[in-house]
Amino acid sequence: MLGTVLAAGGSDVSFPALTLLIVMPALGALLIALIPAARTEAHRLVALLATGMTGAASLWVLLVFKQSDDGFQLRSDDPQTWVEGLGISWDLGVDGISLFLVVLTGFLFPLAVLGVNPEHDPKPYFAWIVLLEAGVMGVFLTLDLFFFFVFFEIVLVPMYFLIGSWGHGNRKYAANKFFLYTMFGSALMLVGILSIVFLHEDATGNLTFNVVELAEAQSWGTNAGRWVFLSFALAFSVKVPIFPVHTWLPDAHTEAPTAGSVILAGVMLKLGTYGFLRFGLYLFPEAAVWFAPVMMILGTVGIIYGAIAATMQKDLKRLVAYSSVAHLGFIVLGTFALNTEGLVGSVMQMVNHGLSTGALFFLVGWMYERRHTRQIAELGGLQKVAPVFAAAFTLVMLSSIGLPGLNGFVGEFLTLIGAFVASPWIASIAASGVILAALYLLWAYQRVFHGPVEGENAEMPDLKVSEGLILLPMLVLIVFLGVYPKPMLERIEPSVDALISHIEIHVPDWDEPVADQVVGDHDDDHGDDHDDHGDDDHGDEEGE
Amino acid sequence: MTELVYLVPLLPLLGFITLLVAGRRLGEPMAGWLATAAIGGSFLAAVGTWVGLIGLDEHDRRVTHTVFEWVPVGDFSVDVGFLVDPLSVAMILFVTGIGTLIHLYSIGYMHGDANFSKFFLYLNLFAFSMLMLVLGDNLLLTFLGWEGVGACSYFLISFWFEEEANATAGKKAFVTNRVGDWGFMVATFLAFATIGSINYLDIDAAVADHAVSGSVATGLALLIFVGAMGKSAQFPLYLWLPDAMAGPTPVSALIHAATMVTSGVYLLTRINSVLHDAGWANDVIAWVGVGTALFAATIAVAQNDIKKVLAYSTVSQLGYMILAVGVGAYVAAIFHMITHAFFKALLFLGSGSVIHGMDNDQDMRRYGGLQKLMPITAITFIIGWLAIAGVPPFAGFWSKDEILLSAWDKGGINGFLLWGLGLLTAMLTAFYMSRQVFMTFFGRYRFADPDADEIEQAWDAYVDDASTTASAANDAQATALEANEKAIAAARDAETAVTDAKVALASAVDDDERSAAQTSLETAEAALEKANAALAPAATALDEASASASTASRARDTAMNARRDRPIAAPGEAPSAGEAEGFLPETVAARAEHHPHESPWQMTAPLVVLAGLSIVGGALNLPFTKGLHFLGHWLEPALAHEHIINASAATKWILAFIAIGAGAAGILLARATYLLHQRDPATFEKPILAEGWNYDNAVTAFMGGPGRVLFDAIAWFDANVIDGIVNGVATSVRSGGGMVRRIQTGFVRSYALGIALGSAALLIWFLVRTAA
Repeated sequence: MLGTVLAAGGSDVSFPALTLLIVMPALGALLIALIPAARTEAHRLVALLATGMTGAASLWVLLVFKQSDDGFQLRSDDPQTWVEGLGISWDLGVDGISLFLVVLTGFLFPLAVLGVNPEHDPKPYFAWIVLLEAGVMGVFLTLDLFFFFVFFEIVLVPMYFLIGSWGHGNRKYAANKFFLYTMFGSALMLVGILSIVFLHEDATGNLTFNVVELAEAQSWGTNAGRWVFLSFALAFSVKVPIFPVHTWLPDAHTEAPTAGSVILAGVMLKLGTYGFLRFGLYLFPEAAVWFAPVMMILGTVGIIYGAIAATMQKDLKRLVAYSSVAHLGFIVLGTFALNTEGLVGSVMQMVNHGLSTGALFFLVGWMYERRHTRQIAELGGLQKVAPVFAAAFTLVMLSSIGLPGLNGFVGEFLTLIGAFVASPWIASIAASGVILAALYLLWAYQRVFHGPVEGENAEMPDLKVSEGLILLPMLVLIVFLGVYPKPMLERIEPSVDALISHIEIHVPDWDEPVADQVVGDHDDDHGDDHDDHGDDDHGDEEGE
Repeated sequence: MTELVYLVPLLPLLGFITLLVAGRRLGEPMAGWLATAAIGGSFLAAVGTWVGLIGLDEHDRRVTHTVFEWVPVGDFSVDVGFLVDPLSVAMILFVTGIGTLIHLYSIGYMHGDANFSKFFLYLNLFAFSMLMLVLGDNLLLTFLGWEGVGACSYFLISFWFEEEANATAGKKAFVTNRVGDWGFMVATFLAFATIGSINYLDIDAAVADHAVSGSVATGLALLIFVGAMGKSAQFPLYLWLPDAMAGPTPVSALIHAATMVTSGVYLLTRINSVLHDAGWANDVIAWVGVGTALFAATIAVAQNDIKKVLAYSTVSQLGYMILAVGVGAYVAAIFHMITHAFFKALLFLGSGSVIHGMDNDQDMRRYGGLQKLMPITAITFIIGWLAIAGVPPFAGFWSKDEILLSAWDKGGINGFLLWGLGLLTAMLTAFYMSRQVFMTFFGRYRFADPDADEIEQAWDAYVDDASTTASAANDAQATALEANEKAIAAARDAETAVTDAKVALASAVDDDERSAAQTSLETAEAALEKANAALAPAATALDEASASASTASRARDTAMNARRDRPIAAPGEAPSAGEAEGFLPETVAARAEHHPHESPWQMTAPLVVLAGLSIVGGALNLPFTKGLHFLGHWLEPALAHEHIINASAATKWILAFIAIGAGAAGILLARATYLLHQRDPATFEKPILAEGWNYDNAVTAFMGGPGRVLFDAIAWFDANVIDGIVNGVATSVRSGGGMVRRIQTGFVRSYALGIALGSAALLIWFLVRTAA
């Protein structure tokens, strides 16, 4: 099957590759459901195959993606109109904004399946995980508001059951909280979706749920746009989450099984931030510009507040959960900087956070399997007995802190520099989040890994080879994207630029906040005396 | 030939990667030799780069070599590119040169450590990061190195992580530096937002074209200075550096004295064109610099830990460099950075050699007289001392003198005060460094001496012992007294019995009674005789017990008096426990067993090289004629805004003599106090100074007190208020209507299943339609 996909990819781009990204995991889930519960090994195998093939297909999408193209790619020429009368269509597409989220999803799910085995009932467990992937892919790929809403809601179900049935201590409470919070958040969004669809129909006579058509037409008034934006923003804010609607997250993350936490942090939070970019900025440019200062402030509050709350946590997993609030704050900040640097940084930071926090949840989960506790006070001195474990934790931690040379820095820096150009004071305050990130992570690291090792901690086994192999691709990417982010950035940027010009076109008195270019005018005067060698080398480099 | 610059950071990077992959297999000492070879090769490449740059015309000596595009987004474009100019080449030469010596030294110093190869892995990574910092052609790449050296510093300070204090010191260093890094980051943002580029050459060009407003320049300078305050340990962010001494001593020498801590000075020098337009920001820099120099020097006076003295000394000397930057004397700043790297690395390595030889004891009060036992260490250390104390012609004199001259030359009351405080610092420097040298290498060998605590313990034990004896004797006396009284009472009773028997005999009426009375009289007389015989021994025993009790009591009183009146050892003499000698704790005997030894050649060879450099380092930039300003001339292409000294030759000579006088005064005062013992050290070693003016304690108390309360309050607010509202709403809804009560349990579950089944149906329908 994989062969056909690849073969088809080489020759015929109209092959419904994106549909496969959704259908393969969905069918996988169905297949698992059909296999008798007694055949435990088969469930895991099917789950691995389904997520693995989806992952391979997502890589293929990355390969055929044309980096200079700023529109939606791999989009069927003739979108399947699903219900003609209702204007709902099966229209999928990928652009620079969604590309890496699709790849991240394809990358993380097989690892999540491999990384942890459920303690009981493998059959429904794997079925839910694989189904979850279908939903997540759907959100990232669909260009139809109706399907977007359906997928956006679908993902709640598997995660609800994963937390509620395979979670830790307080799992029922956490699962219900997660479900109700996000469901109430998106209830208004449905009203919002219907409003703009009908407003569009009133104005054009054309009933459609197609995002591109709706966004280009902008057939609603300023006020309506702002109100509907708010309804979307509420749904996305819960999902991200943005202060003050974030309190479901620490509970859900902490109580979820390891794979659930990895996926929740790795891709599901991005449904919110992706939603802001694709449906917030694209559909409602005027409202996005109008609300940008508020959103930047909320992002900054999230950065500082999440970091402070993280510092005081006694449960290691809860600490990582709160760190997500802070990290996602950077993404919100960069998104509403509304310039190239900020937006590209946001998209990259979505992937970075998926890698580093996903890896952290793996490590914390494995630590829990060994020590049966996540209480920081009960751990200590682990670097002595588990040096490889500690080294892996250190690298991921430094990525999370935003150490230059690792992926986290590039994204964080770009969001901040974009935000600074848009609003220097807010960005300067937000930048202090880097101090707090060092504080809570290094303090936690000291208490868990440094100091004398005593009692049960002295018997903790080091990282297993199989665990190391799961972690290795994440660690490699953490370093690679920090050292050489260019291939990623240059694929993201054209779509981001297109989004910004879209906003500029539809908001007449607004221009992208950009840096002053005083050197551009003077470069020639001074270029000669010092730049000769640099230019030569530069040329060589580009020639390759 | 400047292309060799690629190798400069590449070799340590390769060393790091090799050690990462195969470090454990290489083991000791191969891992160390590999790392040393990597940095040594890097030094050779740096020399090659230097030669290449010399080959270029003076005006062309700013060359960029781009490796690849690092972060290109929109208008923001940053390369991994190296700026090869006189400034960066001067830096890479001394960083790799000193780095090589310290790598070599570490092979000896880290001998036997369980994580030997890991240590060298970190050292190579550090060297790589430091070279990226120095060579980066833009603020962001410098920031990469900046954070990289910070991370390595963190790893190496907490290298012996099982000690809680080391782990805490490492964390403190990283977090405190992050405060400074905030300034660096925001400065980068500001440069980009207002200039459109963060390349140094672009920034210089923009300033040259007057395209950067004064307020932007001031803001940039201040923000970069916040970063420099962290890395270069200036007040108020210096407080991580003294704690950083928890790391192995070669780390203190390389990272926390010679190289990393100078990066703030380097960065400020790098953007000297911006500083030129930054107005009052320069005054802020100069005053913080001189203030830190003086502040830290006062603290150094009262430290007893050999490394703590050097740590505060480093903070103080960095203050000098910052002062130099603040008054526009960039050449002097770099000059002092280089000479300081020579002599401070030497002093740290020397202290490491002493610590190594003294069984890891870092307390200078236990040293003394080591010049005979560790001759190479002593001679080289003394050279380092003369260099830092400002004794001509050693290296430190020239560079410090140039800074003081530049401060004076600023003119006005401002210049006079900066010069005066700098001069006072110079005197203090000479004083505390002489104190260190005298306490360590001169005077009597004191390692086997009992210290004050131990003597106190001995006296405690001695007096306790005498008291125990005395009270036992007193108890014995009391017992004897009781026995004596009993004997007297028994004799009296026997006498009464005899008298009674006699009366009975006299009043006997018949023979039977008479004979019975006679018998009892005889019995009573026998008893009396016995009782009388017992009287004398009892009295004797009592006398003896009394005598020994009074002897014991006297002995106790003597002991207490002896303790009270015990002679305080004259300064310079061996302290003694006197009569309590026999009660000294075993630690003293254990130290007496120890024989200090000179360190192996891997450790002494770098000392000798650095000592040589500390002697002749001044020749880099001699003041006498323009032709001798080698460093100043060399750096000219990179330092467009160097302050030109206006002072006359006569002024220069006078200032130089005043500086020599100040240094001499400091040395003589220390000699009188610590060598000749004419003055009481307590005059200078005030507790408040030993506690670093209580600044660190206050910060720690604030962080642990109000800071923590605030953080806890926010965490509490999140758990109870924000989340409480959500739960409250849920609860009130639940109790509000019977229908919604099931929300908590069944409803959610069935709703969730509903979504699942509904979506499945949708999907299947869609699939069927598509297929059809």
